Amino acid sequence: MTVSFDHALVLAGALFIMGIFCVVVRRNLIMMLLGLEIMLNAASIALVGAALKWHHVEGQAIALFIMAVAATEVSIGLAMIVGFYRRTDTVDPNALEEFK
Amino acid sequence: MTLYSILFYILAAVILASTAMAITRRDMVHAVIYLVVSFFGSALLFYLLGAPLLAALEIIIYAGAIMVLFLFIVMMIRIRPSAGRLLSRVQLLPAIVMSGLYVVVGAFMVTGDTAGRGDFQPAVAAPETLGQYVFQQHWVTVEIASLLLLVALVGAMIIGGKSPPESHPPVEEKS
Repeated sequence: MTVSFDHALVLAGALFIMGIFCVVVRRNLIMMLLGLEIMLNAASIALVGAALKWHHVEGQAIALFIMAVAATEVSIGLAMIVGFYRRTDTVDPNALEEFK
Repeated sequence: MTLYSILFYILAAVILASTAMAITRRDMVHAVIYLVVSFFGSALLFYLLGAPLLAALEIIIYAGAIMVLFLFIVMMIRIRPSAGRLLSRVQLLPAIVMSGLYVVVGAFMVTGDTAGRGDFQPAVAAPETLGQYVFQQHWVTVEIASLLLLVALVGAMIIGGKSPPESHPPVEEKS
């Protein structure tokens, strides 16, 4: 067995960078929310890897709560995006300037 | 190379490739489907790392609930495909610089710290172990999470149920 915790951390870090890229660079509110999901998933992978590394279920418990937070964030975020779309007829974050 | 490490690297490659495809798609339906593949890969990875309950919940909640919610919204609001650039040029440079910094710091951290070395010793946290641990040690957090979900439910109903102001003529009060 040659997989070490470092490899899981590198995988989680690469996923996290992709999530950041998606949030920062895409010009679409729904894609930005998807980027947040990717980042939360990356954090879960790192936590589950840590749980296996130190043989303690604490990391898995926190990953469980991350899922609850992710579900909450998506429901609220998508409701806000739908409300935003109804008013401005677009999902471009640049249009948020006029939305205030 | 054992079977465990082969599986780990295959899953890692699938997750990274499908996520990379997801964040670069112009069509959001394709992006969501690629992300579903990525979450299935993550679920298998959780199973490989000894978290069967989290693997099941990853499929049920992430791939099943959250991504389907995204799919509903994407199909509901029917966005015209934008002809412009996919990525905003102004933000591309800072994003590349920052993620380059992140890679450098991460490489230093991984190579400099020896705590992460040493192979994984396989272990499985049975679902009942995790469940008992969560409900014995973190029962307050479980309550907070349930309250959070309730607040999200109410908030989504309030935000989503609101019509634009112009479509709401003021109701005259009957005297």
